[in-house]
Amino acid sequence: MKRKEFLFFQGGIHPNDCKDRTRLESIQVAPLLDKYTVIVGQNIGAPSKCIVKLGDDVKKGQIIAEAAGFVSAQLHSPTSGTVKRIVTCPNAMGAFVPAIEIVADGNDEWGSPFEPIDDWKTAAPAELKQRVADAGIVGMGGAAFPTHVKLSPPEGAKIDTLIINGAECEPYLTADHRIMLETPEKVIEGAAILGRILGVSKIFIGIENNKKNAIKLLRFKALGTGIKIGGLQVQYPQGAEKQLIYSLTGRKVPVGGLPLEVGCVMQNVASTVAIVDAVVHGRPLIERITTVTGKSVVNPGNWRFKIGTPVAKAIELCGGVSEAPRKVILGGPMMGFAQKTLDVTLTKNSSGILLLSEKETEQYGSDPCIHCGRCVRTCPMNLLPSSISLAVESERFDVAEKQHVAACIECGACSYACPAHRPLTQHCRRAKTALAAQKKALLK
Amino acid sequence: MGIVILAFIIALVVGVVLALIIGAAAKAFAVEPDLRKEALEELLPGANCGGCGFPGCGEFAKALLSAESSPECCPVCQPDSLKKIGEFLGVSVEGKERKVALVRCGGHNGVAISTPYNGVNDCASASLVAAGGKGCEYGCLGLASCSRACAFDAIEIRNGIAIVHPDRCIGCGHCVDVCPKNLICMVPASVDVHVYCNSPEKGVTKMKLCKASCIGCKKCVKASDEDQMISEGFLVRTNYSTPPNTDLIAATGCPTKALKLASIHALPEAPEEVEP
Repeated sequence: MKRKEFLFFQGGIHPNDCKDRTRLESIQVAPLLDKYTVIVGQNIGAPSKCIVKLGDDVKKGQIIAEAAGFVSAQLHSPTSGTVKRIVTCPNAMGAFVPAIEIVADGNDEWGSPFEPIDDWKTAAPAELKQRVADAGIVGMGGAAFPTHVKLSPPEGAKIDTLIINGAECEPYLTADHRIMLETPEKVIEGAAILGRILGVSKIFIGIENNKKNAIKLLRFKALGTGIKIGGLQVQYPQGAEKQLIYSLTGRKVPVGGLPLEVGCVMQNVASTVAIVDAVVHGRPLIERITTVTGKSVVNPGNWRFKIGTPVAKAIELCGGVSEAPRKVILGGPMMGFAQKTLDVTLTKNSSGILLLSEKETEQYGSDPCIHCGRCVRTCPMNLLPSSISLAVESERFDVAEKQHVAACIECGACSYACPAHRPLTQHCRRAKTALAAQKKALLK
Repeated sequence: MGIVILAFIIALVVGVVLALIIGAAAKAFAVEPDLRKEALEELLPGANCGGCGFPGCGEFAKALLSAESSPECCPVCQPDSLKKIGEFLGVSVEGKERKVALVRCGGHNGVAISTPYNGVNDCASASLVAAGGKGCEYGCLGLASCSRACAFDAIEIRNGIAIVHPDRCIGCGHCVDVCPKNLICMVPASVDVHVYCNSPEKGVTKMKLCKASCIGCKKCVKASDEDQMISEGFLVRTNYSTPPNTDLIAATGCPTKALKLASIHALPEAPEEVEP
């Protein structure tokens, strides 16, 4: 019998996924480096507050920066050693931010601020949620939104569905795929812990059909747990929050709304595994799986890097570059951040390091809109990127606002589809920033 | 033949009637031209730059006549024309200081690290991608947003940075708002000594990214009289209320040449920028 097909969101694109280079590379553990530069303020929301001083000795897992407010996350030392300097270091967005430079003592000695929770099945959901906050877990798919905030729905919100996002729709990246293949038990267990925290029993794990082996493996591991594994059509951006919710549940998140308005909470696979580490093993979030790939890398692979590993060192570990990369991107090629320096260090949301060669990055100038409507067909949010872009070009942000530019998820599908190579996503982003600035000015 | 003459006569009669109506209307609805406003507009620069806060010189003239504004509000008027306007209006005009724009970045392509950027050709859009192509987060992106905003052609993009020509700048301040890096400020035109750097980072960090940055060595602070240069963190700036004179450049010998004269900075081939 044919399995019931899941729904499919409207629009999207189908780029070459380029995952073959690292799909079969099992996760390697990066050796201990002599120093790590941990950026303070890796999460969306209030940046954390540094609580260590120069010369302080820190243990692996010790808190080095505290959450400043509710929408903020704790930051822990990636290894044991000494705080050498508090420096300013460029972050993935190109801004200079404070960072803590820790010189490793080589012992890598644990000093976790909490003990494992013996039996999470009987532990109070509030205790588990507190643990997620203490472990500094954020959305590791890219947004770095503090997880405990997502797990604290406002009073009155009825959450009935938990979705674990294993779609990994970004081309090139295979980190989540490897996590699901190598630690399927952790994914299932993490999903169950999240289910307990939220008090929901309807749990989906959404995976794109280009990861058949992960779907099969997780279906086997999930037998008897009630967790459903959804094999989804391969289409970018399948892993975007609103699109994935629609594909799995058929619910549409209202424009400008949050998933909890339709009773859903979504977590990334990597964050789910980090929750298991925090709850079951008593370890805070200090390392993550990152895919290092692109034609310029000698040995592409999936690595377990500590937070604060410099990108240059990570590339070195992968055998260096065979040809000078034309573009270095942190994250996926569609939504990741282009870098201008290799001094950047890995943060909790660095899902990939892409070193794209000259061939992989054709550079175009942009031409006038030919009104073909391809961007309109591909936009997964049903916007009109073409007319938004024209409005932005003449600085008519009010027109762009009327066309709901605020709903744009910046997935980049329109720019990918545009035959005139118009920078549609950048225009949308410009409009969103300008409108946000206007709103801020009005409030003052 | 008769019909042609008839048509001619009809046209003539209609013409005469309409002319009478127009003539009568011109008398009945005549508007006294405000001769003062017209004369005042003659005295104003007529650039319609909007620097005064009014839509154009005409509206500004109206505002002046109804005493809603004062002549000093016009950023373009030179002292002598201001004096004439004051005489015309019968008010005393205080001599105001001419202000010019200053782009506080000297990191041109020869000294500053930058990466290729091929997105939207606009500073505000470029600053959304990795904070712009410049290695230095605070530096001038050189994509000419300010230059396009300038109605007087006073800002030139040369070698990857915006350079203000103080002689052409009238100080309307339009460029200040469009700079996403907040690099442009209005300074008195009489002051020529400026620090061309706006990065608050440490000297080491700055030097890695731009060899023309102010490293905060305070040589200029020591060489100048008290209060002429202000040091804030790792950045020095001119104190525009008690500015130093141009001798300071020679007296300091700024190691990175971030301390410069605006008049020399604007020269087509600034001598200090020539690579040795």
